[in-house]
Amino acid sequence: MVKDKIAIITGAARGIGFAIARRFAGEGATVIIIDLAQDAVDEAVAQLTTDGFSAAGYAGNVVNGEQMAEIFKTIHARFGAIDILINNAGITRDGLIMKMKESDWDAVIAVNLKGTFICTQKVSRYMMKQRHGVILNIASVIGLMGNSGQANYAASKGGIIALTKSTAKELASRNIRANAIAPGFIRTPMTDTLKPEVVESYAKAIPLSRMGEAVDVANTCLFLASDLASYITGQTIQVDGGLIM
Amino acid sequence: MDIEQKVKEIIIEELGVEASEVTLEANFIEDLGADSLDTVELIMKFEEEFEIDIADEEAEKLTTVGKAVDYLTSKVG
Ligand SMILES: NC(=O)c1ccc[n+]([C@@H]2O[C@H](COP(=O)([O-])OP(=O)(O)OC[C@H]3O[C@@H](n4cnc5c(N)ncnc54)[C@H](O)[C@@H]3O)[C@@H](O)[C@H]2O)c1
Repeated sequence: MVKDKIAIITGAARGIGFAIARRFAGEGATVIIIDLAQDAVDEAVAQLTTDGFSAAGYAGNVVNGEQMAEIFKTIHARFGAIDILINNAGITRDGLIMKMKESDWDAVIAVNLKGTFICTQKVSRYMMKQRHGVILNIASVIGLMGNSGQANYAASKGGIIALTKSTAKELASRNIRANAIAPGFIRTPMTDTLKPEVVESYAKAIPLSRMGEAVDVANTCLFLASDLASYITGQTIQVDGGLIM
Repeated sequence: MDIEQKVKEIIIEELGVEASEVTLEANFIEDLGADSLDTVELIMKFEEEFEIDIADEEAEKLTTVGKAVDYLTSKVG
């Protein structure tokens, strides 16, 4: 489905991003991992190449426009194309509105929303030239329904959904599709630290009565990045076990 | 190669138009059928080919072939 495609995934040294990278690599894509720390990037790339997959990695911060432009330029020169961009890097800094520090608001909006914009802007110049491309943005169901204690995160993810629609409209004439994926509660190293009671209480609210796996998100990304989804753009696809409908 | 010739060649290539259409008076959008993304791409191409930076305020004024030739001549020539 994505064989021989060049796919860049941000925040892919671990968690959902890494699961996407592994899934795409397994389908024969060349995956390029971008994440903050060089050693984490190297380790993730090594895991994939040891399994015989085609992978490369670059350390970078999605908020740093100049640095990202430089990285994308290097990738384009090295691989000759950028077919798929998956904006997955994201952070949380939870707190009630009454108590939320402005710095926590700013940090989450910067990484999640501005980072997605920056990577989209820098990569779209290559995709426009080559007259094709797929951009996938990892949002969250929180961006659709809001969440107490996550005003900054919810706003950033809601913003990503609106950004995705604008991207889809602006770039459609160049054969570039943009879609958002809104995962629900997904089991990752981050959520593994939750107490079993807490997980159970979440699961109760989910019609499919379990947390999702990172590969559930990766499978949806694979479909949306492939030609099977060639008539789908500007949409937000929930991967949440039916949590919100 | 002189700048006017190079500019015209870039326009022909980027917009996929005939050389005969690319007169100095031709407006990119009205006469050469460019859309707003095409004009952005065209400016990016000028920047690349002539190794210069074109500020957004300047780029907005470059609506015709002649204006682009004049501007680029003043910057590079
Ligand atoms: N885990 C869930 O339940 C869940 C649910 C909905 C949405 N999401 C979204 O999925 C995405 C991945 O989440 P995850 O659970 O795998 O998180 P994670 O914390 O395990 O992984 C995020 C990765 O992004 C990297 N990163 C953070 N800031 C960065 C920056 N400025 N530049 C580059 N890389 C950066 C981190 O180093 C990390 O490797 C996030 O956007 C998250 O909001 C997760």
